[in-house]
Amino acid sequence: MAIAEQRTASQATQGSSDESWHGIVLQTLKRNEISLIPYVPDRVLTPLIKNLHADPFFTTFATAREEEAVGIISGAWMGGRRGAVLMQTSGFATLANVLASLAVPYQIPLIMFVSERGTLGEFNYGQSLVCRTMRPVLDSLALEHHTITRLDELEFIADRSIKQAVTTQAPVALILNPLLTGGKTFDK
Amino acid sequence: MDNRNTKVMNRFDVTSRLIAKLKHEEAVIGGIGNTNFDLWAAGHRPQNFYMLGSMGLAFPIALGVALAQPDRRVFALEGDGSLLMQLGALSTIATLKPKNLIMIVMDNGIYQITGAQPTPAASVADIVAIAAGSGLANSAWAADEEDFERLVDGAMSASEPSLIAVRIDDKPGVGTTRRDPVQIRERFMHGLGVREPL
Repeated sequence: MAIAEQRTASQATQGSSDESWHGIVLQTLKRNEISLIPYVPDRVLTPLIKNLHADPFFTTFATAREEEAVGIISGAWMGGRRGAVLMQTSGFATLANVLASLAVPYQIPLIMFVSERGTLGEFNYGQSLVCRTMRPVLDSLALEHHTITRLDELEFIADRSIKQAVTTQAPVALILNPLLTGGKTFDK
Repeated sequence: MDNRNTKVMNRFDVTSRLIAKLKHEEAVIGGIGNTNFDLWAAGHRPQNFYMLGSMGLAFPIALGVALAQPDRRVFALEGDGSLLMQLGALSTIATLKPKNLIMIVMDNGIYQITGAQPTPAASVADIVAIAAGSGLANSAWAADEEDFERLVDGAMSASEPSLIAVRIDDKPGVGTTRRDPVQIRERFMHGLGVREPL
């Protein structure tokens, strides 16, 4: 608690309180030497993906499926390079097999950022049902996961979760809630 | 397919020929099932990784290793049924163009380990044509064992990713991989120089 307050105070004095969620995610990845970023696109993640592409520190690319991205990150970890996967809730729903047969049993620190669809104003019934499958899957595999709703908690949760994933060699899912990102609005 | 004009070879024989050529601690990723068993039987190396599930991910895992270690050649052994599960990976690899990645597809048109049922694409789809259409120009069928070895030699010094497809018979794998995932991963990481042994 004290550490969190201290951090919030120091962020404020550094004038970083106006930082965007995607700027904080990018800097947290960089600080933890996570340079390989395969993703499957999502409207809400667009500014993060765009800025990752623009920064030569990162190798950022689209994959055809989320499980393909998990395979790539797993191979990269074993080869000595850190990565993270970006996806949408519906993409996470395709991952149960690869989590249970690769990431968990081989003890691979798979870092997942999941843009949360299907809640807080969702307009697509399919998306809302898919979203409800996510946490039961994570819980059934005893996987660490955090839902991030507040900008002032983002850096702490993301940074500590990444460090925990690496040191305990276990996957983690960081769920980016619409309260943090604004979510997708009902325009098209 | 008859129009491939390629000999039907044996997976263990072809795998052994590949392993015999490796002199620089090249990484080899075995797909699930029989490609894995024959990789194990061809002689265990610390640079071998053995999958125990996640069907279709041999090429993506190998891509990750190749991106992490661009100076090391990385081979992946995949079956035709497994590849069909993850065809999109071919176009991802073609886009990234890792020159140190070599994909080998063992094609017998069946899901051998589950009882030899034909794949949905058996005797219809041409894997090399699919790979070429995905953007992997350096893709070829091996006509026979000598041609396979020649293609491997070429891939070892290629400046783009390579895919070699081999028609194989329906003989089962020779060995059985030990199934301890953490031990497999740790040994592989030692073999790649990422970890010191305890």
